[in-house]
Amino acid sequence: MKTKRYSETVLSLVSILMVAVIAACGGAEGGSSEDPSEIVIDGSSTVFPISQAVAEEFRREHSHVQIPVGISGTGGGFKRFVEDETDISNASRPIKESEAALAEQNGVSFTQFVIAYDGLSVVLNKSNDFAECLTTAELKMIWEPGSQVSNWNEVRSTFPDKPLRLYGPDTDSGTFDYFTAEINEEEDASRSDYTAASDDNVLVQGVSGDQGAMGYFGYAYYVENSSLLNVLAVDGGSGCVVPSIETINDGSYSPLSREMFIYVNNSSMDRPEVRDFIEFYMNNAGELAEEVGYVGLSAADYQSQLDQLN
Amino acid sequence: MNKSDTSSVSHNRSHRFRVIRDQMFFTTFVAAVIVGILGLASLLIDVLIDGLPFIDWPFLSSYASRKPLESGILAPLAGTVWVVAMTALLTIPIGVGTAIYLEEFAAKNRINRMIELNIANLAGVPSVIYGLLGLAVFVQFLFNGSRNVTAGALTMTLLILPIVVIASQEAIKAVPSSYRDAGYAMGANKWQVVKAIVLPQALPGMMSGIILALSRAIGESAPILIISSLVWVTFVPTTPDSKFTVLPLQIFTWVSQPQHEFRGIAAAGIIVLLLVLLSMNAAAIWIRSKYQVRPDQ
Repeated sequence: MKTKRYSETVLSLVSILMVAVIAACGGAEGGSSEDPSEIVIDGSSTVFPISQAVAEEFRREHSHVQIPVGISGTGGGFKRFVEDETDISNASRPIKESEAALAEQNGVSFTQFVIAYDGLSVVLNKSNDFAECLTTAELKMIWEPGSQVSNWNEVRSTFPDKPLRLYGPDTDSGTFDYFTAEINEEEDASRSDYTAASDDNVLVQGVSGDQGAMGYFGYAYYVENSSLLNVLAVDGGSGCVVPSIETINDGSYSPLSREMFIYVNNSSMDRPEVRDFIEFYMNNAGELAEEVGYVGLSAADYQSQLDQLN
Repeated sequence: MNKSDTSSVSHNRSHRFRVIRDQMFFTTFVAAVIVGILGLASLLIDVLIDGLPFIDWPFLSSYASRKPLESGILAPLAGTVWVVAMTALLTIPIGVGTAIYLEEFAAKNRINRMIELNIANLAGVPSVIYGLLGLAVFVQFLFNGSRNVTAGALTMTLLILPIVVIASQEAIKAVPSSYRDAGYAMGANKWQVVKAIVLPQALPGMMSGIILALSRAIGESAPILIISSLVWVTFVPTTPDSKFTVLPLQIFTWVSQPQHEFRGIAAAGIIVLLLVLLSMNAAAIWIRSKYQVRPDQ
């Protein structure tokens, strides 16, 4: 009795396996003959929401085009892009010379598009009513490598005696690269005794729960959490400026506004669906970027980039 | 009570002390259980409160969106089912076969002991290492840069194979040798004994190990992030050569979005992941109880 049951199981398992293999083979044949058009995007997780939004809207009109979007990070995305693995690379910084050299070596030529701005926002706990504006020099004093600043009264003598605790993105993040380059004047140079997280929502929680906290991350995360956080005005030499859609867009929130890019493989651009997609991207990026918490360019700036293409 | 009249006071005291000690350990163990269960329960309740309102048919049958309320989980759900099914198809024959060879056929010599030791060590390697290995060997070498479901499943197979082998070995070891001897006494050869006696007896134990291992494969995100990297996919994989994403990766992306509503969507994703896991476990328990060998029979 038992052996019979047992052999039944083996038989059914074997038959399931065979059906699966047959289905797999059949499926494979069907897939290759159809070959739907596909635009592969990978790269920065910061730019991801914009590309996702554009792809989502584009597919409403062109549902036959598949546009998978990945989040390998700016560097990881370029690594694939220069090997001709992807059509479009999302980037929160310009392509590096070393990466461009690799692309040339592999015969990949590309076009760069600026698609939106982000304003890195320096945020404080909601209870912090004394620090409203800091100069970039003061920020550097706090964040530079080897900095020992651990109390607000060391930042400015008029500030109260309150422990200063720091929160920021981890070293893999493009936000970290940009902040250190602009504030500490050397990319990736930062004091390391701060609470680092790859997930910006963790930083939001940290700063909102710690009275003496200071942190920085993308503007979108401040906008979504403005009821929990205070944002710091930054004085880059021409007065205190608070990050907002206007100040980021007109460049007055300096030096912490940065450009977001997409890089398009030129040989992919010969395909009509990619070209359509890029045109759609430049025509809609402004509106969609703001919907997901970034700041769009002026319509003329998008148009001039498109004109260059033609 | 009356009996104790004759015994000494000191005996009574030591008896009481032992009773108290007994109670103390009992309370400690119950407390340990309660801590674990409370932790799990509060996590589950939190996830259910956040996620249940978002679970409906459109959530299960549509693709992810930048708008939380229009977001669905179809692509990662299908991706997870594909990866786990292919992983199971690859892992079970290889893993069980390895275990049978090592336990029943292999000579107990130095080389085989080395193999067993290395399998045990492989079970402790961090999953991200398997991801990098899979990227180099399967994606770049085997599939020429195609980041497909098969590459994901092969990587997951490598990841969980050691667990399956070790669990199957333990299950085979637990079959009493007298059963085998009985088989040989009937004139059966080695393979007949393995097929008719060892395997059916070891099946329930093997199933437990296989299900635990597959559950791990379902929950892994690090290797798949490296292999697939995709988090926005608007198609269901149709062939082993399709691109794909999986549930943990989608949940990770949703959690890190700035919009608060995505926290609820992520919780709903976690509930779906738990349901997939639980239904797999239920299937395993069903198979195990169906073939469970009771000692008295």
